[in-house]
Amino acid sequence: MNISTILDMAAEAFGDRTAVVSGEFAYTYAELREAACRAAARFRASGAQYVGLLDVNSPAAPISIFGAAYAGLPYVPLNYRLTRPELNELIERVAPVVLVVGDEFVSLVEPREGVELLLRSELLALPPLAADAEPPQPDEDPRAVAVQLFTSGTTGKPKAAILRHENLMSYIVGTVEFGAAEENDAIVVTVPPYHVAGISAVLSSTYACRRMVQLENFEARAWLEACRAHEVSNAFLVPTMLQRVVDHLLEEDADAALPALRAIAYGGGKMPLSTIEQAMRLFPGVDFTNAYGLTETSSTIAVLGPDDHRAAAASDDPRVRRRLASVGRPAAVEIQIRDEDGRVLGPEEAGLVFVRGPQVSGEYLSLGSQLDAEGWFPTKDRGYLDDEGYLFLEGRADDVIVRGGENISPGEIEDVLLSHPAVADVACVAMPDEQWGEAVAAAVVLKDGARVEPEELQALVRSQLRSSRVPQAIVFKDALPYNETGKVLRRLIRQEFAERAAA
Amino acid sequence: MATALKPGARFKSAVCETQVMVVKAPAGEHDLRCGGAEMIAPTATGAGEPDPAFVGETLIGKRYVNADESLELLCTKGGKGSLSLGSTPLEVKQAKQLPSSD
Repeated sequence: MNISTILDMAAEAFGDRTAVVSGEFAYTYAELREAACRAAARFRASGAQYVGLLDVNSPAAPISIFGAAYAGLPYVPLNYRLTRPELNELIERVAPVVLVVGDEFVSLVEPREGVELLLRSELLALPPLAADAEPPQPDEDPRAVAVQLFTSGTTGKPKAAILRHENLMSYIVGTVEFGAAEENDAIVVTVPPYHVAGISAVLSSTYACRRMVQLENFEARAWLEACRAHEVSNAFLVPTMLQRVVDHLLEEDADAALPALRAIAYGGGKMPLSTIEQAMRLFPGVDFTNAYGLTETSSTIAVLGPDDHRAAAASDDPRVRRRLASVGRPAAVEIQIRDEDGRVLGPEEAGLVFVRGPQVSGEYLSLGSQLDAEGWFPTKDRGYLDDEGYLFLEGRADDVIVRGGENISPGEIEDVLLSHPAVADVACVAMPDEQWGEAVAAAVVLKDGARVEPEELQALVRSQLRSSRVPQAIVFKDALPYNETGKVLRRLIRQEFAERAAA
Repeated sequence: MATALKPGARFKSAVCETQVMVVKAPAGEHDLRCGGAEMIAPTATGAGEPDPAFVGETLIGKRYVNADESLELLCTKGGKGSLSLGSTPLEVKQAKQLPSSD
């Protein structure tokens, strides 16, 4: 078992179909396979133990993913937004490595033994293999490591999550139908190649035999232009990207018509209810899918599908309507909610989210497997299931505010504050409190030109939630700190409140 | 002769172009055939023609299962022989269409 089979199958069945379009480059599935085989030969000749990638989206990403698989080497995409010392520390951890590097990133890499640079331009121009060259016979060990991803390391040194061929192959075969794409379908890929969603976009699109349209960096106007120019049918966006598309359309009064667009999937962070409601109004003909997943689970584990979105948006039943804020039901895995003592909880009881299934690796290099004896992986997310199995997330377990022994999820308070017409963005965090241990603090971003007194926001929360949820401190900010995939950096906001409390 | 079918293992037909990958299989040894002939290792060389009783296209990308779906194979390359366990034909598994999430 080897993920290169995915490309073999696409090239066999739909070899003439366009696989990837990026700027001036275009490859059919047959050409992509040929390029990946050339890359594999080059990677093998290097004697390296890893294939790295330091680049924005380009054809080098799918070529390197599959090239590494054909060569039987783990693929390690690196975050080009890291600082130079952070980046070079990670590179050292994977040496000896052959590092495919975007020509503009070469100066970031410190020369060292065991690090061989291969420019993106060189990779894309590798000469054809000799006519009598052996076709690649990739390693068939299902336990071999296909991909190694460094976590963002917000709580310490980045951990190296490993995904084995069996995890990724199970994910693809379990969630995608081979060749499901129509002849003219295309997906616009805007997530960076070092994110698990960037990997699964390549594998899923290839297995569906869908054309990939790559954008180097996300920008709302460029995204809309690419959707029109390439007649894009499918898109995946993280919540901040969708918010920017919505804002752009509303602010510029721009044309939202994207005649070819049929489906938008989103994930990678919490989607504000107001954003998805606006997006559904702007794109009434588009199918929306919410995908919840983690690096350690080979991406998507729960899906809120298009019918769920429409049923929720149209329902007067609050229990159905609120599902728009859920992440849907388990895809090709099982999901369980447990309390702190490991007891399995029933519907509507909030606790820790556990997941089990063949796509779940739950494993880090050197730390080993984090699965329990029955194969369950602790996601460290908090949430609950409703009586029909829809999963509602309440945030990371570490983000819960514990006020006087009561667990408070920041998400429910944020949803209420976001419903205020003056509020553009908000994050609630714990702040130290003498009486309660922790108290609720809110960092609020107001819409341009809007004004509101903290007392009015506190009254709004008091009117809709219990008094324990009322933010004790509110600060107004120009913007919240986000990472590049749209996760708000609560740690920084917590720090700020802790410093204020100490002052 | 029978073979253990480990998830992830690959086999090819001895008598046509068909190739499969094991998605899941019960423990023990199984008599996996294509075109009526025992399937062989992906690197082995086959010979002969499919048994006319086991001709009927095996399609790339389709999943094939036994009656209780305890065995599941993914066809990774199509061919004219049909898949069977012993002389019992395997059936195409109905696709469960999930909304595209990436």
